Amino acid sequence: MFDFQIVTSWFDNLLRGCMPEFWVLFIEFVVIGIALLTAYALIALALIYGERKICAFFQCRLGPNRVGWKGLLQPFADMFKILLKEIISINHIDKVLFYIAPFVVIIASFLSFGAIPFGKGMQVLDFNIGIFYVLAVSSLGIIGILLAGWASNNKFSMIGAMRSGAQLVSYELSASVALLTVVVLAGTMQLSEIVEMQQDGWFIFKGHIPMIIAFISYLISGHAETNRGPFDLPEAESELTAGYHTEYSGIQFGFFYLSEYLNMFIIASIATTMFLGGWMPLHISGLDAFNQVMDYIPSVVWFLGKTALLVFFSLWVRWTFPRLRIDQLLHLEWKYILPINMINLIVMTIIVVYGWHF
Amino acid sequence: MAEQIIFYILAAVIVIFSVLSVTSRRILRSATYLLFVLIATGGIYLQLGYEFLAGVQISVYAGGILVLFIFSILLTSHAGDKEKPREWKRVLSAALVALGGGALCLYIILKNIFKTAEQVWQQPTMQEIGMTLMGTDKSQYLLPFEAISILLLACIIGGIMIARKR
Repeated sequence: MFDFQIVTSWFDNLLRGCMPEFWVLFIEFVVIGIALLTAYALIALALIYGERKICAFFQCRLGPNRVGWKGLLQPFADMFKILLKEIISINHIDKVLFYIAPFVVIIASFLSFGAIPFGKGMQVLDFNIGIFYVLAVSSLGIIGILLAGWASNNKFSMIGAMRSGAQLVSYELSASVALLTVVVLAGTMQLSEIVEMQQDGWFIFKGHIPMIIAFISYLISGHAETNRGPFDLPEAESELTAGYHTEYSGIQFGFFYLSEYLNMFIIASIATTMFLGGWMPLHISGLDAFNQVMDYIPSVVWFLGKTALLVFFSLWVRWTFPRLRIDQLLHLEWKYILPINMINLIVMTIIVVYGWHF
Repeated sequence: MAEQIIFYILAAVIVIFSVLSVTSRRILRSATYLLFVLIATGGIYLQLGYEFLAGVQISVYAGGILVLFIFSILLTSHAGDKEKPREWKRVLSAALVALGGGALCLYIILKNIFKTAEQVWQQPTMQEIGMTLMGTDKSQYLLPFEAISILLLACIIGGIMIARKR
């Protein structure tokens, strides 16, 4: 399996050979930043195309099919359109907070985007506290949503922001507890080590029953954190026009839109990393020839394939279930998912202590 | 060099936004400036090489306490609410106290003789932090940890009691 670290260390040595350390670091920071931003934008475009196409098929439509082959260039056209749009300035708002809010949302999602292991050796931030870092920075997005709703000086935006805040704060708990279940089994929080440990079997197979429960509850709560699908009441268009981003136009709205899509991708990729082995190929102990064949598929393809599968699940859920009411939403979290998760965590601890896992 | 530049940027962010957060007359703006101060402090912890503390700083202060602040501000005030301009007496006394505190800190920093550590500091792993928090041996902290958890439980029950009285 190709290790991407060969490329990065070659680049590092090349730079170190011809310039002082300050400039080496500077160039590397800039290159990594540009690479991440490009990946961020391209993944968002791919997700927008995928979503529009898949949603269309769920509703027996064709979806975008005019621009480019099968409508493949449609998201690029959309992107240029949104970049060229006018930003309408509104009176009677808190200007400073109104302009800061989209940046807070997108920076929070960008910070957690940096910690994702895309492939073997392809990870920007590999902290010792790995998954804890991801949880910490992704919780900053709530502040942006609350600020956006408040600064708009609009009742609908305000209600949307309050709903969104209540929803994110409560579903963050069960997402964290579900990930904690994985940390108990893995014994480490570093994302690269968690992936390495799944070499002889993904955690969802190793941890059997409690791990499957944790996986499902993480998918539900992660889906709720992205404000989509049956949980999209912060921007329920039939009641609140568009919730917290009603007053935003042009690229400011684009930021909210982009971060919503990327949060969907981040949730799916964290679930992939923690439960489905990240970039690790499917290995079955005993079948050496099979494992050998699986190793030939590049690690990035494994990672993106599993993530795409989970994103597809999230779209499937979105078009299958009707929207919840706010009280039903909070009941579901506090009375069902969170207690189940707590008990699940204890069961997992017992299983790890007695060594009943594979 | 690179480290120093990053440090100066973080320090400037902390100083500027601390001042702004106490001088701003709109309460939600103050809370937002406080958020920047807390995140920049987390950045300084990262620069010291203590990732766990930086994570705790962001998740507890920025992601937890500040969200609660903002929530309570949203419930109690309107957009466009402005505080009255402050009385000069209060401004003067606050400035005097701040100057006194700053002078004391400066005196201590200049007076103190900084010793260099003899052994190279290594970043503790998550396992070590967990063992130290939950162990019962010498210099391990199970008892304070449990005491704090009882305090938090009391706060939660108190909050529920107050909310139910309505």
